[in-house]
Amino acid sequence: MEITREQVQHVARLARLELSDEELERMREQLSAILEAVGKVAELDLVDVEPTAHPLDLVNVLADDVPRPSLPREEALANAPDPEDGFFGVPAV
Amino acid sequence: MTVDTLRLTAEAAAGLLDRGEVSAAELHDAYLAAIGERDGELHAYLRTLDEPNGEGVPIAFKDVVSTRGVETTAGSKILAGFEPVFDATVATRCYEHGLSLLGKTNMDEFAMGSSTENSAYGASHNPWDPSRVPGGSSGGSAAAVAGGLAPWALGSDTGGSIKQPAALCGIVGLRPTYGTVSRSGIVAFASSLDQVGPLTKTVRDCALLYRIIAGRDPCDSTTVELPAPVELPEGTDLEGLRVGVPRQLNEAEGIEPGVKAAVDAAIQLCEQLGASVGECELPLSVEYGMPCYYLIAPAEASSNLARYDGVRYGYRAPVEGGLTELYERTRHDGFGDEPKRRIMLGTYALSAGYYDAFYGQAQKVRTIIGQEFRAVLQDFDVLVSPTSPTVAFPLGARTANPLAMYLSDLLAIPPNMAGLPGLSIPCGLSEGLPVGLQLIGPQFSENLLFRVGHALEQAIGFDSVPERLR
Repeated sequence: MEITREQVQHVARLARLELSDEELERMREQLSAILEAVGKVAELDLVDVEPTAHPLDLVNVLADDVPRPSLPREEALANAPDPEDGFFGVPAV
Repeated sequence: MTVDTLRLTAEAAAGLLDRGEVSAAELHDAYLAAIGERDGELHAYLRTLDEPNGEGVPIAFKDVVSTRGVETTAGSKILAGFEPVFDATVATRCYEHGLSLLGKTNMDEFAMGSSTENSAYGASHNPWDPSRVPGGSSGGSAAAVAGGLAPWALGSDTGGSIKQPAALCGIVGLRPTYGTVSRSGIVAFASSLDQVGPLTKTVRDCALLYRIIAGRDPCDSTTVELPAPVELPEGTDLEGLRVGVPRQLNEAEGIEPGVKAAVDAAIQLCEQLGASVGECELPLSVEYGMPCYYLIAPAEASSNLARYDGVRYGYRAPVEGGLTELYERTRHDGFGDEPKRRIMLGTYALSAGYYDAFYGQAQKVRTIIGQEFRAVLQDFDVLVSPTSPTVAFPLGARTANPLAMYLSDLLAIPPNMAGLPGLSIPCGLSEGLPVGLQLIGPQFSENLLFRVGHALEQAIGFDSVPERLR
């Protein structure tokens, strides 16, 4: 299954992933080959089959609504690359 | 006393500690000495701890397990320097049982790979032959246990990442039933498949460690209570056991003759130990298991790895522009090739216009794989097959072709899609390298797998110390 450069570019944009021209072409070739292999699932007629999202029969696991202390601010920010005034710092949006 | 770390099981180490024949500090130092001697060659560890943090048996954690204040990278450059502010539940459980952390082991980046060659910190090497891979993604943990650099270790398994390296390194590995071991604090890859489990020298050690880590955790709502306590296996016979040999898992293209021979011998042994053995069929699970996995796991990964954006933790690329450029450049610089491929594949499979044909269809395939296994497990108590189609392959042999690498897990993936437990035990050698036998049972059948694995282990008498190190 051949996919185009434009498709690869579109998906990279959705994934917020920069790709160089060389990476884009390599990705196009590799994704085409992988999609060819995994596209095999389309052979099966499964219109009446329910999808499985998760292997256990668990539905709506609820926790008691009891307040607990959350992570202190300084710990939450401990690994931040550019904290500012007790917040996560980012460039102008 | 001198500790022979190559032979010491965790159970025996616990005995030495209990009887006061060795201290936790002496044990820790004995492993650090072994690491100093052999890890230059094996590169099983990303980092070690100078001092024990408990009074019990030492243990190594795959670097996917969050450890408070101890750098945790999941083998990725994007998490370089990241020091978790809390412990994963499995780490806490180990510490509560006195286990002492030796260090964090190498792995394929974000557990994506079958050889550890995808680690951003360099590949690990197989203790049986350092020119070959230890398997992956828990290759560092497997190499550490097989190479006498840890008595036991934790790994994680999404599509075979415990079972396959255990097989390639000649040790025991359990991928537990989905939902029995907490994922809280485990760096996420594919959340409906990820499970933490033990890599050990013996099946009894495997049961001991599983007993410590398994059970419901309020911090992971996909965990459940075990239906029965974990039992340490003792018996040596398999009287009354029905062993199924799924034809497609045992005759798949690409299974090496030496692997097939060792597994066939183990199947014959099952009969000699009193089991009845019969052939069975899993046609759809084996043919469609891989494609199903390589849609679902990347789809979940593309969502899970969205968190690495250079804002809250981890690597941030220096950029002049705005926020979008920061995200895109950080992810470009921080992720290696395999995570990029899987993020792209997963994003594609989930994107508008392709969702139904790829991701939606794969979820339906997952349903029929579960049905097929359940039907076969009506007639048989356990299923057996090779864990990996091949023995350990040379470093570099599959790095150029992602699809060839993916085939390493052809036989390990199908039961994972159904949430079933799988135990890999060494069953012999082929060309001087270990062969793994995969034992598959129904959900929550770990006690049965331990019993069968232990009986076979006694009968096979495999020496888990690599020949070149004896």
